[in-house]
Amino acid sequence: MTRLLAGLGAAALGLLAALGRIAIFAGRTASHLVRPPFYPREFGHALMQVGYFSLPVVALTAFFTGGALALQIYAGGARFSAEAVVPQIVAIGMVRELGPVLVGLMIAARVTSSIAAEIATMKVTEQIDALVTLSTDPMKYLTLPRVLAALVVMPVLVGVGDVIGIYGGYLVGTQKLGFNAATYLHNTATFLQATDIVSSLVKGAVFGVIAALMGCYYGMASDRGAMGVGRATKASVVAAAVLILAANFLLTQAFFAA
Amino acid sequence: MIEIRGLTKAFGANHVLRGVDLDVGRGRSMVVIGGSGTGKSVLIKCILGLVTPDGGTITVDGTEVTRQPRDAFLARFGMLFQGAALFDSLPVWQNVAFRLLRGAGALPRREAREVALDKLRRVGLGPQVADLYPAELSGGMQKRVGLARAIAADPEIIFFDEPTTGLDPIMAGVINDLIREIVTEMGATAITITHDMTSVRAIADNVAMLHGGKVRWSGPITDLDRSGDPYVEQFIHGRAQGPIETLR
Repeated sequence: MTRLLAGLGAAALGLLAALGRIAIFAGRTASHLVRPPFYPREFGHALMQVGYFSLPVVALTAFFTGGALALQIYAGGARFSAEAVVPQIVAIGMVRELGPVLVGLMIAARVTSSIAAEIATMKVTEQIDALVTLSTDPMKYLTLPRVLAALVVMPVLVGVGDVIGIYGGYLVGTQKLGFNAATYLHNTATFLQATDIVSSLVKGAVFGVIAALMGCYYGMASDRGAMGVGRATKASVVAAAVLILAANFLLTQAFFAA
Repeated sequence: MIEIRGLTKAFGANHVLRGVDLDVGRGRSMVVIGGSGTGKSVLIKCILGLVTPDGGTITVDGTEVTRQPRDAFLARFGMLFQGAALFDSLPVWQNVAFRLLRGAGALPRREAREVALDKLRRVGLGPQVADLYPAELSGGMQKRVGLARAIAADPEIIFFDEPTTGLDPIMAGVINDLIREIVTEMGATAITITHDMTSVRAIADNVAMLHGGKVRWSGPITDLDRSGDPYVEQFIHGRAQGPIETLR
């Protein structure tokens, strides 16, 4: 029993210590926002990597999810003669929940892993040390542009994902389930409220920061060698996914809990 | 110029440096030799602040390194890393001109590119490599680019970490000659970490041997072969038998 409690205590302490380290890392990153020099080229590059090159995967994920959602709601609604709510539920489901969460998780898979692997490899090959000897702060040069780019571009990606997801539902609704196109669009537009859209974009921004921060943190904290790179990549994606889901719960509570 | 006194550093239970004392005079080329894991790289990383020492002092021009403004201090240094440590995402010329393109005294891109091409020429590389990426270069060419980057801002002090590791003997000779020429013509102070005795004889004015976390022997290169120290004798002749323990 004592051993079990000691194990639980050690795990809890380890978790708190890790959260503390991540919080300090986030604070250090934020502190560079107001301290020059700045690296606009790195920021632009990160915008392309996080945003533009993620568009295809975001679009495909949202499109198929929206279509599947329409089918599920139609089938579920048929049980109590509520098939007509498909446009409204697809819209609210995509914008409030599935859009931001799925885009966040796809970015965790695509961007967090890539950032962690890149920075960890730079550490293994002494490129981080080389940056320091060239009077360049790695936090400022590597971390800040990526986190800032994710903060700026993720709401855009989520917005695009929301629209494409609704379009996926619209296509399934009108082509397969027999909905009238104009009515479907009208119901979608009138049902959505500003809070739904704002919550979606805010979630996107928060998830973006989490995804980029985890990639940078685990990359910078990686051990030496190929195993270190692998461990950092895996840990960054797991941490980003868990934190995104936890943040999603807290933000949903903040926006919609009565 | 560089004075190190009582430098200690441990990683957990592994006490790598146990009180290193070393002096490197201005414009002199010091080569630090020693077996793998004796703390040679840790020594230069401590000087640069990449690793924080546990104890001891490091002074450059009479001022302790921790009391010097960090950017101004680092601006005096150039470093060639063991694996060259070129930035994969940047073309060769931007690697060489990295420091020149950033910071307070940043040059316009065209001017920085000209300086980079000039430094590449100095290490025997033509302008055709300027727009290639590091992954497109051979190991020897990467080392030359790393060398060009190390000298790009005309530093007063240059560190070379295992400059010939992984190179064939001819390319190693070319790199050794380049280092010697550059250090001489720039009048720079140099510290080279190596266990390649050919490099030692080509580059060094002075030699220090690290063993057991301390400087076991130091002196001019001309005295190396008559040091009278059994550890130095074993190392420079590459003998398996001797006071330095070897795993067999």
